[in-house]
Amino acid sequence: MNKTILLGALTVAGLAAGAAAAGTMDDVKARGSLKCGVSTGLAGFSAPNANGVWEGFDVAVCRAVAAAVLGDPMAVEFVTTTGQTRFTALASGEIDMLARNSTWTFSRDTDLNLDFVGVNYYDGQGFMVPKALGVSSAKELDGATVCIQTGTTTELNLADFFRVNNISYEPVPIETNAEAQQQYLAGACDVYTTDASGLAATRATFEKAGDHTILPEIISKEPLGPVVRHGDNDWGDIVRWSLHALVAAEEYGVTSANVMELAAAPTDNPEINRLLGTEGELGAMIGLDKEWAVRAISAGGNYGEIFEKNIGEATPIGLARGLNAQWTDGGLLYAPPFR
Amino acid sequence: MADASVSPKDSFHLSQLIYDSRYRSLTIQTVAMMLLMLGIGWLVYNTTVNLAALGKDISFAYLWTTAGYDINQQLIPYTSQDTHARAALLGILNTLLIAVLGCLLATIIGVFAGVLRLSKNWVVSGLMTVYVEGFRNIPLLIWILIIFAVMTEGMPQPRDFRPDENGVAEASMILWNTVAVTNRGVFVPRPVWGDTAWVLGIVLALSIVAIFAVRSWARKRQEATGEQVPVLLIGIALFVLPTVLAYFVLGRPVTFDSPVLGGFNFQGGTQLRNSFIAIWLALSLYTGAFIAENVRGGILAISKGQSEAAFSLGLRPNRTMQLVILPQALRVIIPPLISQYLNLTKNSSLAIAVGYMDVRSTLGGISINQTGRELEGMLLLGLFYLIASLLISSVMNVYNSRVKLKER
Repeated sequence: MNKTILLGALTVAGLAAGAAAAGTMDDVKARGSLKCGVSTGLAGFSAPNANGVWEGFDVAVCRAVAAAVLGDPMAVEFVTTTGQTRFTALASGEIDMLARNSTWTFSRDTDLNLDFVGVNYYDGQGFMVPKALGVSSAKELDGATVCIQTGTTTELNLADFFRVNNISYEPVPIETNAEAQQQYLAGACDVYTTDASGLAATRATFEKAGDHTILPEIISKEPLGPVVRHGDNDWGDIVRWSLHALVAAEEYGVTSANVMELAAAPTDNPEINRLLGTEGELGAMIGLDKEWAVRAISAGGNYGEIFEKNIGEATPIGLARGLNAQWTDGGLLYAPPFR
Repeated sequence: MADASVSPKDSFHLSQLIYDSRYRSLTIQTVAMMLLMLGIGWLVYNTTVNLAALGKDISFAYLWTTAGYDINQQLIPYTSQDTHARAALLGILNTLLIAVLGCLLATIIGVFAGVLRLSKNWVVSGLMTVYVEGFRNIPLLIWILIIFAVMTEGMPQPRDFRPDENGVAEASMILWNTVAVTNRGVFVPRPVWGDTAWVLGIVLALSIVAIFAVRSWARKRQEATGEQVPVLLIGIALFVLPTVLAYFVLGRPVTFDSPVLGGFNFQGGTQLRNSFIAIWLALSLYTGAFIAENVRGGILAISKGQSEAAFSLGLRPNRTMQLVILPQALRVIIPPLISQYLNLTKNSSLAIAVGYMDVRSTLGGISINQTGRELEGMLLLGLFYLIASLLISSVMNVYNSRVKLKER
């Protein structure tokens, strides 16, 4: 029993302070706001707008959950997290859920004691280079200096990709996307690698976006989705089905424009009726009222609306739906039945 | 004694524990100890309960699994297929490298700045005041970021060194085309050791021994006859000549691999990365400012009579500083210097801000993040800094006891 142990124990207490395993929904309701972990600023996914209001594709998930649980999509407290701090913030109870383009992997889901409740964006890791470099394939990057966000799956994929292809590189570890952007633009690294969506979002903010190209190779599967703590399954269900509600709403043609009209009286489609609470008691099954999904959809529209508004082809980020189209359109989005 | 015999034998009351000065300190200590133990117990219990609630255990087995990430600055060979333990070792070596180089440079800067701040020349002392106050009063992290930003934004890209169609390059290498200063770091020539290079090492070691022998001989001679020998000149000659001679006799066993622009970047040579330069310079300049104040304080602590006495003996100001003032001032300087070394070592953990792969970035950063072992990683990290600090202070304490006043 000496100072070492005391200091160690203090560290422990610091890490574990406020850890809450169960009853996240009660905590959120008592607090009157949802604490949602987001990235430190990635255009289109989560970034504050000119008025300081958080906007984006990941932010929309937080708002939908807040609307479903608290009835107010603005009742969200956004907590910025880096690649290194995000899971600790979630595990320690600093945030109730994480919507920060985080990749669903086996070890994170099991060993880190997290629960990925679904996928809101199917992504893959890509490389961005200045066009002046004259590179057309990632395999030509032998000897290149690569900017990489630490604590990410992309860091591991990068090491694997270069090792398997037997080419060398010099990693420049970086904490946030903003820092990476600055280093990349200053030419301190030849290549910036992260999820292809993140590259598109980053490139969209460049002064001369046309001078940079995203290489064709996608070297990994990066299913990005919201995360909650393992062990609080009731809370996990709420976040999971809020996300599914957004996806299902698109499939059934429920939009922010017509959701109130459709929810006013039962329609011919029983699936819509159950989703919007005009039939059955689905809300009660997850501890919410009947209109939970109506509020979640009203918050920012259905999945398709959120996509088009924040990162779709009409925005500067200009991402195509691709894998993120509905299953009926050849994509991977497939919400389980609401019954 | 009379009083003691008068007092009744068996009249111990509980209140005596507080009001009787014989027992009071014991009581207070016991209570404080119990409270401390309770506090520790509560912390441990709280941790166990919360970890159990999260479904986590404490295990260090992750250290022996594959790390999977790459590290740019490698003092020993490492690939992404090595273990987290080896990644941690690399980080430890990088931290120690910064600590050692930082302490060296900080000491040199500090001693010069401290002595010069006492200079009678207004410009010199003024400049040193600006340096000391500037670095002491602005947070270290800001200095690290400033130097890093200057290196990244202000220096040319490797691409700029390539001549365009007219044969003109925007930037060029310095020092006879051997050193390239880029925004990715400074590329310097790397020595390549030949087969007979070890002979050079032996020659160098022998000449250093010879320098010490000459110095002690010169001192004895001066004490005996009063004649001075130009020790410095002989020392420099002894240091340089034999090694250079051996170098050519052996047919140049050491060659230098200069950096050459190729592909995306400079190839060959040694790359001093921006992150390394930023953290090294910032730590040295920052800690150097504090050391300068220690040195100045140490010198001012020596009474003016000492230098007056030295002057009256005919010693010049330089010799006075060297022979009379500094040896005495060291006794005042060394103890706070130890704590500056400790500060520098611990402050090196700020390297994470510029992505320098020290132990905080590997063991306490990426490894934690990839494995989710926050508690274990932080405990190991704390343990490392504790051991490093204790080692530094014990080594410095040995030195301190050598220079401190010998009382007989």
